[in-house]
Amino acid sequence: MAKLRGRGYASVNYPTGMNLGGDPSQALIHATTTGTFVVSLSSVDLGQGLKTVVAQCAAETLGLPVENILVDTADTDTGPHCMGTFASRGTHRVGNAVIMAAAEAREVMLAVAAEELEVDAGDLETDGTGFVQVTGAREKRIHITDLALAAHFTHGRTISGRGIFLKEKNDPVPETGEMDPDSCQAHACTVAVVEVDDETGVVEVLRMHNAYEIGRALNPAMVAQQVEGGAWMGMSHALFEATEPYYPARDHGPTDFNEYLMPGAADIPEYHNAILERPAGNGPFGAKGIGEMTANAPIPAIANAIFDACGVRLDTMPFTPERVLRGLDELRADRSPTKE
Amino acid sequence: MSYKTNPIDRTYFPDEPAQDFTVIGSVVRRSDALGHVTGRTAFFEDISPPDLLHLKTHRSARHHARILDVDLTAALAVPGVVRVLTHADIPNNVFTPLKLIGVEPDDEPVLAEGKVRYLGEPICAVVAETEAAAREAAARVRVEYEDLPAVFDVEEALAEGAPIVNEYHGNNYFTYEGHHCRRIRFGDVEAAFAAADHVFQWRYQSAPIEHAPTETTGCIVVPQPDGRLRIHSDTQACFFTLDNTALILGTPFNKLRIVGGTVGGGFGGKVDIAVEPVACVAATLTGQPVKYVYSRYEEMQVSSPRAAERIYIKDAVMADGRVTGRRVTLYVDAGAYSRHSPYGTTKAAAHLPGPYSIPNVWADCHCVFTNRTPSSAMRGFGVTIADFALESQMDRIARALGMDPLRLRLLNAYRDGDLKAHRKVAEGTALVEVIQKAARMVGHELPEEYLRMSSMDRRER
Repeated sequence: MAKLRGRGYASVNYPTGMNLGGDPSQALIHATTTGTFVVSLSSVDLGQGLKTVVAQCAAETLGLPVENILVDTADTDTGPHCMGTFASRGTHRVGNAVIMAAAEAREVMLAVAAEELEVDAGDLETDGTGFVQVTGAREKRIHITDLALAAHFTHGRTISGRGIFLKEKNDPVPETGEMDPDSCQAHACTVAVVEVDDETGVVEVLRMHNAYEIGRALNPAMVAQQVEGGAWMGMSHALFEATEPYYPARDHGPTDFNEYLMPGAADIPEYHNAILERPAGNGPFGAKGIGEMTANAPIPAIANAIFDACGVRLDTMPFTPERVLRGLDELRADRSPTKE
Repeated sequence: MSYKTNPIDRTYFPDEPAQDFTVIGSVVRRSDALGHVTGRTAFFEDISPPDLLHLKTHRSARHHARILDVDLTAALAVPGVVRVLTHADIPNNVFTPLKLIGVEPDDEPVLAEGKVRYLGEPICAVVAETEAAAREAAARVRVEYEDLPAVFDVEEALAEGAPIVNEYHGNNYFTYEGHHCRRIRFGDVEAAFAAADHVFQWRYQSAPIEHAPTETTGCIVVPQPDGRLRIHSDTQACFFTLDNTALILGTPFNKLRIVGGTVGGGFGGKVDIAVEPVACVAATLTGQPVKYVYSRYEEMQVSSPRAAERIYIKDAVMADGRVTGRRVTLYVDAGAYSRHSPYGTTKAAAHLPGPYSIPNVWADCHCVFTNRTPSSAMRGFGVTIADFALESQMDRIARALGMDPLRLRLLNAYRDGDLKAHRKVAEGTALVEVIQKAARMVGHELPEEYLRMSSMDRRER
């Protein structure tokens, strides 16, 4: 009886967006007289941080602190159309729409500032702290709050903008499967280190090393959270989860979290993450989607690590203790562990 | 722990122009973090309009059966029951998720009509003054069935003489523009097998998986004084829900308003339209607010899971490790109705043969109907299980050849300018670099020529 250690690898790519019928999202932005910009959307934040990321996109484009951005979503009476949050499309589609809207608003903001400061709009820059100033001349500047008030009460201008991103409809060619369904591809390589208990069949994941290339990390901490949350979900898919554990039999379906098991805090491995950036030309500041893909590479990495540890090739998910033990029994029965 | 907030390694793509950002690339705290961790974030269930009614569903106890009779007498006798809805109450009793993107047929009733095709299919909806009364009455609905033969395995469902699951299709598969599956045809795999040093074929299988969101699927519909319906929902796609619900209700789109945007976990499980149409019908018929929220049992056994998939991969491999041909037969178990599975199957086809440049690829990706809970969107569907199969396959090939599994992958990795099997030219690739980085992270040594490889440098094959 022993705990057998093994290492497994998997490398994957993943599409940003998946289009069949045309994939648009819109954003509207306007400044209130407080100098706060409201981004109006109908997009959904599932907990992954979409509201935060699009606020960053708006702030960067406007040249204002992120505290000056409010995101108002999701109400179909007040927010413009969004296809929804799926297919790793949110950051890419909505981010692009927000950048377009914010760029239009920035132009108005600078035009009003130019009138206020009696200079050419082309000579103006934002300083990132809330001021519009003459390039290189900090003494000649105006704060966004004063600017927004002046736009409304003096110049009769709305500081606002409209944005849309559309991935156009593309029908697959039925004969060959030729198609253009996505906008870009992100990449990952995961190395899993596991320990297999050959008495109980329990697989423990000790470490996961995750190298990702995601275009641009708009918020590196949230990227790390996605990588680790997704790695947990992948590990859970690999080792724990099934609503029909003996597919295709319909029996033994779990009905609650007492029967449907997932890794607990003590099961979480050490994570080591690295992010590479190769910005995508069509992404918001080069970002690709990292939403879904983080659950994918861990599954085969764990399968391959189990083989490395104990010689059992598991071709059926999930890799339950029962399947590991049955695999070990088969190996013992025919004593040819390298048979593939 | 600095990698938690600063995990970026810029050494692999040093030629990317430096960007002078102030907000992008910095660690801005997630705007809803404080609310989430202190329990103060408001979700759709946090509203409690006066006179709220509760809706619970009576569901099929059979996998596949004709409905001979539905007896509501005992259900209606439960104190507090206001109304019991059947298919006759739903103006357009068919879900239309793919119609909106130009794909037909619509194949799923909102409430069962004449037949049930999976265990747990909704038959009628009880509306009551309390949740307990709704649950009690739903349990008292009596349905008389005549059992029909059922099929649960994708390959059995496609075999001659299998019981037909879904008459809207006439076959147990979704038809892609005249084809029985979504095809990829690229090069000549048979010639590749004939010329190969090795041919490897293995089979992979997954089981359905639950999204397991903290917050189950649900909505609260509140009739407005102007005759509109305000729908508080945890949908992942507000307008998609609005459009589909309006089509089922047969009302103008602007009679509906969706309020959402804060969701306790989706993972794809809240893309389908599940609860809003029935709740809207109930609110319209009663003139009162109606709440319809899945129980954990419904979330796990009735709402769409990730599809079970079966995948056969046959590879032509040369002695030096080059994969020269890949033939994939993939089955997605859609369950009894399409939902988004035909789309996920196409996504699987576009993903093949994985992130490798393989000159000859043949794939048949089948979207198959069986008498089980309909599967649908889930995080990475079409790709997640394919990756399990593809990357297990690569590991097995490496071991069969006695090769380093990372070198095998680097040798076959796709690069900028390569034509993928779905005839899209690859750009912005970085598979080579993430493998090199992962190798370095774990001290896996690679020879110099593998360290020199670059996604931007397309070599001869």
